[in-house]
Amino acid sequence: MGALNQRGIDLGRTDRLAGQETPLHHLDPRAKLLVTVLFAATVVSFDKYALTAMVPLALFPMVVIATGRVPVGYLLRKVLLVSPFAVLLGLANPFLDRGVAVTFLDVPISGGWISFGSILLRFVLTVSAALLLVAVTGFQRLCAGMARLGVPEAVVVQLLFLYRYLFVLLAETQRLVRARSLRSAGPAAQSLASYGPMVGHLLLRTLARAQRIYQAMSCRGFDGHLRGEILPAWSGKETFFLLGWAAYFGLVRGYNLPYLLGQLLIGGW
Amino acid sequence: MSHHLVEARSLCFSFPDQAEVLKELSFRITHGEAVAVVGANGAGKSTLLLQLTGCLLPTSGEIRVGDLPVTRKTLEVVRRAVGMVFQEADDQLFMPTVFDDVAFGPRNLGLAEGEVAARVTDALATVGAAHLPQRPPYRLSGGEKRAVSIATVLAMHPDILVLDEPSANLDPRSRRQLIELLQAFEHTRIIATHDLDLVRQVCTRTLVLYQGRIVADGETDGILSNEELLLSAGLL
Repeated sequence: MGALNQRGIDLGRTDRLAGQETPLHHLDPRAKLLVTVLFAATVVSFDKYALTAMVPLALFPMVVIATGRVPVGYLLRKVLLVSPFAVLLGLANPFLDRGVAVTFLDVPISGGWISFGSILLRFVLTVSAALLLVAVTGFQRLCAGMARLGVPEAVVVQLLFLYRYLFVLLAETQRLVRARSLRSAGPAAQSLASYGPMVGHLLLRTLARAQRIYQAMSCRGFDGHLRGEILPAWSGKETFFLLGWAAYFGLVRGYNLPYLLGQLLIGGW
Repeated sequence: MSHHLVEARSLCFSFPDQAEVLKELSFRITHGEAVAVVGANGAGKSTLLLQLTGCLLPTSGEIRVGDLPVTRKTLEVVRRAVGMVFQEADDQLFMPTVFDDVAFGPRNLGLAEGEVAARVTDALATVGAAHLPQRPPYRLSGGEKRAVSIATVLAMHPDILVLDEPSANLDPRSRRQLIELLQAFEHTRIIATHDLDLVRQVCTRTLVLYQGRIVADGETDGILSNEELLLSAGLL
């Protein structure tokens, strides 16, 4: 998986990070999942021009990075990898929404630029929170947590398999791409036309593999239920973690903290 | 009743859109035997093995495991008795960690978690993979994957072991370890392979398949020294 790894799809690293031993890692996955969902809901609930009011929310990912020992570079690379989606989503705003919203140091800033910034900030916050959740919990334990929270077993099983066979699919894709590039030397050879059959081929291989895996599972008595993975019990720590962050998100949502802080500092009460 | 018998009676099988893959196979394998199923590519070896676990069911004739014919109704009992190690380890290892993978079968049998853990430890120790339980399967080497695949099946305490190309893609040392492991088992063993050297060292009896038919069934030494037979079956 060399080349694909170099492009930032190093899933194995996420697993290694998830295997660390910190108090945050030992927390019940349900607590972390609920806090992350709450966090995302808070971020999304802000007004479309909200920008500075959301900044204090960055405390959550920062605390997780610090206490969960997640390397910042690792997180940034992953966020960058998916950032084109958010940029594309917000790109039209500065052109469509040209009314001047604020003037900063004599430079007029349009509402479009502010909402664009707001989209980017929301994106960075939610995506990094989700990535951090996986990095400090591990995909498997996360799935176990979901199952315990009442997510249907069929969905959880699918997610687990998705994660397991992502590696196999990546390796298979890479072998296919390599085999193709080794036999396409001239400038005309790297045409788009051969990608269609390649994707089709990959799909057929995947279907055949799915069938073989199912056979292997039924040979070992699979009946639709995945057993195992005993979660740590929910204790006071989890309740404290959940309520503490919920209270903080509520505070940030209810009061514009940066604004209040500015008022306080320049004494504008 | 004895689960250790495997018997085929005029077994025929064809895939829906294809010509017959298995034609009138009959054989009887008894307790503790180590039997090789050899044949050229496409001779029907893997299809035959899938019949033994009920992944495919005969179009006519029957296959019996122990005293039971393999049918939809008996699948559960048959699968407890027959442990199948698939050709590609990646198909067999689907759980997030080696431990969970080996525990998958025993948990499905409804065993208590303590018993499951004991079986996992035992099975991993048997195949020399006691140090691997917490590793994710996709991070293992080819030899380790093979060993763990065998452990996943051993943990279910089967009476009959069925292996599809167990020595494929193994380095010489892993291959030698595999052969030693297979020699040490007391289970009934049915091994489909192209590795005639492995056959010579592990199996006392050999079935030769050619285009879906059994063209020879007898002592390994006799069959492997019959050059004419091997040539006609596409093995030389």
